[in-house]
Amino acid sequence: MSFAIGALAPNFTLPDTYANATPLRDVDSPVTAVVFTCNHCPYALAWHERVQAVARDYGPRGVRILQINSNDAERFPHDSLAAMSARVAAGEFASPYLHDATQEVAHAWGAAVTPDVFVLDTDGRLVYHGAPDADYRDESLAAAWLRDALDAALEHRQPDPAQTEPVGCSIKWRP
Amino acid sequence: MELLYWNGCPSHAAALTELRAALAELGHPGVQVAISEIASEAQAAQRDFVGSPTIRIAGIDPLPPTPGEPTGLTCRLYRRRDGRHSPTPDPADLREALRRLLPPPTQES
Repeated sequence: MSFAIGALAPNFTLPDTYANATPLRDVDSPVTAVVFTCNHCPYALAWHERVQAVARDYGPRGVRILQINSNDAERFPHDSLAAMSARVAAGEFASPYLHDATQEVAHAWGAAVTPDVFVLDTDGRLVYHGAPDADYRDESLAAAWLRDALDAALEHRQPDPAQTEPVGCSIKWRP
Repeated sequence: MELLYWNGCPSHAAALTELRAALAELGHPGVQVAISEIASEAQAAQRDFVGSPTIRIAGIDPLPPTPGEPTGLTCRLYRRRDGRHSPTPDPADLREALRRLLPPPTQES
């Protein structure tokens, strides 16, 4: 169960693939989106380019998108830090790709699947939780729910919808 | 014919619908598809299950995974013909494989 719309997001600092400690909040980026994703899930991969396009489009507008991999890499080697680093080195990510090795952040946020999208307003409160858009198969949707939520957060209003059903692979929890 | 699935991945319903549509289109509407849940890592290893959904025709995977792909309870990653990632097989690939592996349809089927 994730935290409620309007609630303050649990804070965290996680390493990116270069081991840089990356905090949730950044003074230069008032609005933040957190996307739990991974390397092997077909849903996460189907939506991946749409999320990167959002990161590129909204970065200059004061939005930071943090992408987090929380999967158990022991059982799923495709989600290892080395595999994450390789994707970053190949230019596949338009924003930081963070490693939640202990899965504490995924637990605290109530993330359930990949991709699972959370948008925070300028106060760090949750304004949107759900999928990037309505259909992983339809690239023309362009992560519309995520974009609408970011627009709303930037304009200090509530997005509609504020909550949708995240669709994807379950997060691979450690035994 | 068998459709193996893991309940933690939401793609098996779509895969079954697409499989039945392909069978009907190819003249095999009466082919029974057994639905088998894979519920544990041990079962996944035992059945060489590399992800959900997996189709087997007389024990043969019509769209074989990459050699060495680990077994496990996960969603299976397929590629569409246009290169996109997908949780279900490309319908054209599926039809091609079914044509290859199934006998020609009889008039009754």
